[in-house]
Amino acid sequence: MSTPPARRIVVVGGSLGGLRVTEALLAGGWDGEVVVLSAEPHVPYTRPPLSKAALADGPDLATLAFKQRPEAARAEWRFGSRAVAADLAARTVTLADGGTLAYDGLVAATGVRPRRLPARIDHSAGAGHVVRTIEDCRALHAELRPGARVVVIGAGFIGCEVAATATGLGCHVTVVAVDESPMLVPLGRAVGDAVRARHERAGVAFRLGVSVASVSGTRGAYSVALSDGTSVKGDVLVQCVGSAPCVEWLEGNGLDLTDGVVTDNRLRLGGGTGAVAVGDVARFPNPLFDDVPRRIEHWQTPLETARRAAATLLADLAGTEADPVPFTPLPSFWSDQYDLRLQSFGVPGLADRTEVLEGDLEGQAVVGYFRGEQLVGALLLGLPRRAAAVRKHLLASLTDPAATYAA
Amino acid sequence: MRINVDLALCQNYGQCVFAAPDVFDLDDAGELVYQASAEETARADVEAAAMACPVQAITIEG
Ligand SMILES: Cc1cc2nc3c(=O)[nH]c(=O)nc-3n(C[C@H](O)[C@H](O)[C@H](O)COP(=O)(O)OP(=O)(O)OC[C@H]3O[C@@H](n4cnc5c(N)ncnc54)[C@H](O)[C@@H]3O)c2cc1C
Ligand code: SF4
Repeated sequence: MSTPPARRIVVVGGSLGGLRVTEALLAGGWDGEVVVLSAEPHVPYTRPPLSKAALADGPDLATLAFKQRPEAARAEWRFGSRAVAADLAARTVTLADGGTLAYDGLVAATGVRPRRLPARIDHSAGAGHVVRTIEDCRALHAELRPGARVVVIGAGFIGCEVAATATGLGCHVTVVAVDESPMLVPLGRAVGDAVRARHERAGVAFRLGVSVASVSGTRGAYSVALSDGTSVKGDVLVQCVGSAPCVEWLEGNGLDLTDGVVTDNRLRLGGGTGAVAVGDVARFPNPLFDDVPRRIEHWQTPLETARRAAATLLADLAGTEADPVPFTPLPSFWSDQYDLRLQSFGVPGLADRTEVLEGDLEGQAVVGYFRGEQLVGALLLGLPRRAAAVRKHLLASLTDPAATYAA
Repeated sequence: MRINVDLALCQNYGQCVFAAPDVFDLDDAGELVYQASAEETARADVEAAAMACPVQAITIEG
């Protein structure tokens, strides 16, 4: 089967999701053009080290850059090029420089950007660091000197990792968060408290259950006023208050853009043909859990969604049936804090109840996350050798609720 | 097809094990063990494993 010449797929976003979908499209037989629009000025690189080893050592693009499959070189990569609008009916993308690009197929791979403290909180212009790009990492690394007082706002994964890395570099770290426990929303109270205890042993101070009222001062002399009337002083300020999907460029197409772009189970934007989404920006239903579309901000998601989205788009553009098998990836995630490795499978955040299935939370443990009777997630605290078995068990019980856990 | 894992890079994340369980495994100590060569039929799985490795420790030759 041959495709008419000069057909074009435009991939918006050139990070992990954009790279893997480009490779999958070209490996999957697409013989038209692929144009990748990447707002960042450099080749795609991996982000997880930006709060871990690369933050400790200083980031190096050559080390962080992804190895690419040879196919990726056949695409036209436009670095520093941002899409500002798309017209899904006319099949065009508008670029920041005013140009437009017609397409046959479109991939949304624009990921997320870090949130900042809301504007209603009085804070000096651009107060403090965020951690998303290699530039962010480099700027923060330069300030993490031994003895520096570091205030981390937010106790999610990235906040906790930054706290651990900064502590390892000899900084004095205070973590401030509205939640009562670190990583409360994704992992729940028991695990959050266990991780908190390890941070405290390493010297991190926590101010939890309080919100930031204002931030004053500048680099070297910040003062963060809290809702309970106290304040925390620091030399370095890091905002790790979550992320916001980059979807503005998709406005005006009648799509549901609340928290990412909603797709069908085959990753088609709004269920229409000719446009798909991958990675952190995609909000898709996963029948392993239910029919609620969700975003999954995990490093493995761009890979899995890219493979499937490419197949869907190629089928739609060829006018053939898309794969009838439902898309049911098992989310998986890891986080390294000190010498502690956390590995998560499934969606623990859906649970109403947790149970320690193996070990104990002070040491090494496997924690099960249940929604009603159904196991929906599992977390390993420092037990990497159990990962394969636990993952297999979770998959089995999601497809057959009668499966029981064997340690 | 020859498979090489740079064990100096490998962090035993196990992502390769999930992608290609016939070729990669974690032993009882949680350390990676793998087959240095695999049949052509395993290529898709091994390529998926190489991509899934967070530290890009896996290379495929031939
Ligand atoms: C500090 C940090 C630590 C992390 N640690 C872990 C971890 O330990 N484990 C784990 O599983 N995951 C981790 N993650 C998450 C993981 O890195 C993400 O899930 C992954 O990067 C998502 O890839 P993506 O391609 O979907 O989106 P992104 O990586 O966000 O890429 C989107 C790209 O699109 C570009 N873009 C945005 N808008 C436009 C536009 N309009 N036009 C053109 N380009 C645009 C952006 O500049 C960006 O380059 C971490 C993330 C961070 C930031
Ligand atoms: S995925 Fe990579 S880091 Fe993890 S065990 Fe396999 S080779 Fe090692």
